[in-house]
Amino acid sequence: MTIFLQQLINGLSVGSIFALIALGYTMVYGIIKLINFAHGDIYMLGAYVGFFASTSLGLGFFPTMLLAMVICMVAGVLIEKIAYKPLRHASRITSLITAIGVSLFLEYAMMYFMGPNIRTYPADFFPREVYTFAGLQISNHQILIFVTSILLMIALQLIVKKTKIGKAMRAVSTDPDAAALMGINVNNTISFTFALGSALAGAAGVMIGMYYNSIDPLMGMIPGLKAFIAAVFGGIGIIPGAMLGGEAIGILETLASGYGFSMIKDAVVYLILIVILIIKPSGLLGKNVKEKV
Amino acid sequence: MKSQFTKRNLIWTIVVCVIFSIFQIAISGRMIPNTYQVAIITIGINIILALGLNLIIGFTGQFSLGHAGFMSIGAYSAAIVLAKMPNLTGLFVGMLVGMAITAVVALIVAIPTLRLRGDYLAIATLGFSEVIRIAIQNMEITGGAAGLSNIPKLTTFPLVFVFIVISVIVIHNFIRSSHGRACISVREDEIASESMGINTTKYKTLAFVIGAMLASIAGALYAAYFYVLKPTTFGFMKSIDILVIVVFGGMGSLSGSILAAIVLGIINLTLQSYSEIRMILYALAIIVIMVYRPQGLFGSKEVTDFLPKKWQKKKEVD
Repeated sequence: MTIFLQQLINGLSVGSIFALIALGYTMVYGIIKLINFAHGDIYMLGAYVGFFASTSLGLGFFPTMLLAMVICMVAGVLIEKIAYKPLRHASRITSLITAIGVSLFLEYAMMYFMGPNIRTYPADFFPREVYTFAGLQISNHQILIFVTSILLMIALQLIVKKTKIGKAMRAVSTDPDAAALMGINVNNTISFTFALGSALAGAAGVMIGMYYNSIDPLMGMIPGLKAFIAAVFGGIGIIPGAMLGGEAIGILETLASGYGFSMIKDAVVYLILIVILIIKPSGLLGKNVKEKV
Repeated sequence: MKSQFTKRNLIWTIVVCVIFSIFQIAISGRMIPNTYQVAIITIGINIILALGLNLIIGFTGQFSLGHAGFMSIGAYSAAIVLAKMPNLTGLFVGMLVGMAITAVVALIVAIPTLRLRGDYLAIATLGFSEVIRIAIQNMEITGGAAGLSNIPKLTTFPLVFVFIVISVIVIHNFIRSSHGRACISVREDEIASESMGINTTKYKTLAFVIGAMLASIAGALYAAYFYVLKPTTFGFMKSIDILVIVVFGGMGSLSGSILAAIVLGIINLTLQSYSEIRMILYALAIIVIMVYRPQGLFGSKEVTDFLPKKWQKKKEVD
């Protein structure tokens, strides 16, 4: 039971990271039906900006995270403008390949400039403390990750549900043509979606850099893939679904490794994905859409 | 039955023989340095992989991201059989074993997942191929994470060439058969073809299994050329590499796939001397190609469509 609860705690913080990345996937998919494979690399970029800000500029946790969010936001919007916008009416597989190209570009450009070796955040960035409570260990990092992620998700939910631009996002994701006819600037709305998603990924990058204390240029690939699975798991295009999916994938993965299946923990995630897709392809919170001829 | 010795088939045989002779003379006459020979074999293997994937994606319209998984099954089967029988017979036995296993696995993958559409299918096949990789990584017989080594080097240029020709003939004849036309109709409009009485699941599965078996052959050839096999070779990126070839060549164009594999192989080879920025330039090339030519080199046309009118096959009216 202690192992279970301990892994649950670990899983919640890892899951929050997945959830933050998954939100970017799900919003972009919801609005332009693109699996943005480069999203995992935006998260890597965030981790490196965090590394730079904490070592060279000596900033604290929150300024570092803000800087990473802003830079990732700019990067996300630039990528959308340069690589995805010309392909908005091309077939989906073409945009997907472009996304993979962007992903490779970010990974290897980072490798070229920063070197392929693993880097660590400075020791005094956010000193780790571990609290023991009824046999369970919980670190201040885990609490920080969990609380920050929840706050960011609440902020996102408020933006999407309560503001005018959020309304525009929902309108464009329902029907871009109709939204354009209603006077919504579709291009700006799509850019805004990329900005929001990338900012969340940047925040996730800084937090994972602090939590695992090792970053490398290819770190974004696997978490990116898992976050996408999380988005599908919760129902792609649905914001609460991504949060739920992220936490679920995080907890399942840590439980698998906690009970001695760490060799196959990735396989567990993929098998769950396959089962979900076969039983309920629209995801946990997804609605079944009737097919029309 | 129509005679197989038509003028058209004769011309194609001559063309194939001439291409083969050029390369063979160049290789055996040591006109091509060793590094280029590796590139030629790699391109050949990529052509077989791309042809198989093109049947699934380009002709049947089923978006699979799991091709590397099937390739790894073929590669490991061949390597394991070759450890017992280190000769050409062993390679063919291994290839057959690999194809049989691949066909079974592909069926298991296909029957539930091919109900899915588009991106969901892509992600499900990706998941399956990762599961295959992790299974290989955790099995005793496949050498675990360390992989297998000391595989005899049996793959030669003529062998690869023969298999390319066989794959082209198999796929070309398949897509011009009634089964192939059914597959194309599934790509064009699944609901319409279903209402015309086509068993869409059957044809999707058929195309998927044939494509997977070709990947398995390519895997066997790969294993018998590169001495070592590692599970990480057959990761997600390998599937992406094959997908890039298919899309770059044009989905639904066999000659496009062949040309794209050659062009991308040459790009890779020329960039080898700039190893540090090779991947950056490769990534940029992918982005630029996709932005400026989203339909690929040939679209869904074949190279013969560009020949003068009088040489083209007359459209059959029936």
